[in-house]
Amino acid sequence: MTGSVLLFWILASISVGSAILVVANRNPVRSALALVANFFVLALFYMTLSAQFIAAAQVIVYAGAIMVLFLFVIMLLNLGAPNAMNEKFGIQAPVAILLAVAFIGAIAGSGALVHGLVHTSATAETLANGGTVETIGRSLFDGHQPWLFPFEVTSILLLVGIVGSIVLAKRRI
Amino acid sequence: MLPVPTENYLMLGAILFTIGVIGVLIRRNPIVIFMCIELMLNAVNLTFIALGRHFGHVNGQMYVVFVMAVAAAEVAIGLGIIVAIFRQKETIDIDEVNLMKY
Repeated sequence: MTGSVLLFWILASISVGSAILVVANRNPVRSALALVANFFVLALFYMTLSAQFIAAAQVIVYAGAIMVLFLFVIMLLNLGAPNAMNEKFGIQAPVAILLAVAFIGAIAGSGALVHGLVHTSATAETLANGGTVETIGRSLFDGHQPWLFPFEVTSILLLVGIVGSIVLAKRRI
Repeated sequence: MLPVPTENYLMLGAILFTIGVIGVLIRRNPIVIFMCIELMLNAVNLTFIALGRHFGHVNGQMYVVFVMAVAAAEVAIGLGIIVAIFRQKETIDIDEVNLMKY
């Protein structure tokens, strides 16, 4: 077992464990902190997958901006105390876990994981430069590739987000 | 040869996605439901990047950039809606908030 395989299994167990903590914790603040751990582990996964820019963006956008927003709303609504919400898992939990097992089975029995993926065309060179800022930027603004138009549409989406959150924050909706 | 097979990453992404689905199904706190949606988005991002590396192509990472932008906008709007609901009803239990159900 080489080092990278060992690293994969350690990181995978941490990410699955923190994801389970997000779901199972009754206290939303603890769920949020487990989610931060999950985001950081995923950033490490992106580093091992030679996606350096995405790893940095993951830490900045998800672990920084989005989690601050989550914690801010939890504190604002005073939901941090345990048992602030009376969560009764009645019939829902066993049914959900049954459906989840069926879903995992359906995915594990589907094409790529059973028959194997087609042979990889990745070389050491493409992996080394796979996710640098230069590679991403050249691909994003290259006129021969389809990413420039979605990039501009994303700015409209963010504008809609800004306007929408201002409208929602008005006193009378 | 890749050190860790891509299938491992795909299976991990599927497991994380399923944990997120379970959270959406059984939790009643909408903030935790949002966190589980973020979990699912991240699982899909992991799958995109693993497949992008497998095929030696940058397109997988381009999709992830756009998913991150959409996730940021979605969280801002969603948490704004939660705060607005809390100001109107003094609770955010999703079993109590059923305005659009009938």
